[in-house]
Amino acid sequence: MSFIEKINPFQLDILKEIGNIGAGNAATALSAILNRKIDMNVPNVRIVSFDEMMEMAGGAEHVVASVFLRMEGDASGSMFFILSLPVAEYLIRKMTGDETFLIDSAPYTEWALSCLQEFGNILSGSYLSSLSDFTRLNIYPSVPSLSIDMVGATISYGLLELSQVSDTAIVIDTVLEKDQLFADSINGHFFLLPDPEFFDIIFSALGVSPND
Amino acid sequence: MTELLKVQVVKVGIADMNIIKPPYTIRTSGLGSCVGVVIYDEKKEIAGLAHIMLPDSSLAKSGQINVAKFADTAIKELVQILVKEGARMPFLKAKLAGGAQMFQFASEGDLMRIGPRNVDAVRKELSDLRIRVVAEDVGGNSGRTIEFNLNDCLLNIRTVTKGTKNI
Repeated sequence: MSFIEKINPFQLDILKEIGNIGAGNAATALSAILNRKIDMNVPNVRIVSFDEMMEMAGGAEHVVASVFLRMEGDASGSMFFILSLPVAEYLIRKMTGDETFLIDSAPYTEWALSCLQEFGNILSGSYLSSLSDFTRLNIYPSVPSLSIDMVGATISYGLLELSQVSDTAIVIDTVLEKDQLFADSINGHFFLLPDPEFFDIIFSALGVSPND
Repeated sequence: MTELLKVQVVKVGIADMNIIKPPYTIRTSGLGSCVGVVIYDEKKEIAGLAHIMLPDSSLAKSGQINVAKFADTAIKELVQILVKEGARMPFLKAKLAGGAQMFQFASEGDLMRIGPRNVDAVRKELSDLRIRVVAEDVGGNSGRTIEFNLNDCLLNIRTVTKGTKNI
């Protein structure tokens, strides 16, 4: 039996709360950058196969902008901040003040990429620092890396650690949206994909027995 | 026309494999660091595709493994299935695509440069089984979607930034 099947509903609730606190802080940061109201859904914690994971982000072939970073320190995992291209374009426009910017095709300009990377940096930084405060564990982000490509090609990187022990992943997924601006329901996703050892470390840091 | 519409696509997921016979084509989407290997017998009109995630089953840390996930186990298993379904071992050929480096990291752990390692492992496994690689499109930093067609035995490769091509 894989470690993932041992997770009980109470522990899932804790993971949901982690997503809630982390993404809540990130949403506040985003709201401050854009000076706009940002809505956040209650996080989803799901146990999914790798293929289902791709579907959650729009399908393996769907093209997205994704900022990927590793969570390091006492507890490790992978984190993705995933944006559909129209949303990425919108964020770049707001951040740079250049309303004519178009993210239509490669090669993408370097400053646009750097701008998105910085977005990812700020948001995932605030996500992880709140997680670190909450658990009193030393958790910090690696330097983020950006890719605009197919979901399947990018997310599989976050599954590498997990794939050595399991064929399923626990995903803590939070959706950020800006009040009905986009018809597209996929706005911004935070995916936290904990490494296998993450769970015992987090649960014991929070005083929850892993085998309850 | 109705004949054409009947052409069906068999989809292979991540860490998965399958085989086809006409009129089917076989496809896998969103290869990043993963490698897609097509092994086929042209005359017998049979082909198999594996979407490989990791180079070596010794990386597995749990007892029960998914053989389609690792280069060494996936290729052996795929060849076995193909031969059982009528392919002839000495006539098998292979085409591969994938093994890209999607993200650039300053601190490069082994897992972060998994793409090239996957490609090396696949090549080695194929050469151990004496299966010739007739075409490949590997490395780079783009995701790929591939589809193999038994009519002309061409592998169609689609990328986001570099368009499509057949190998």
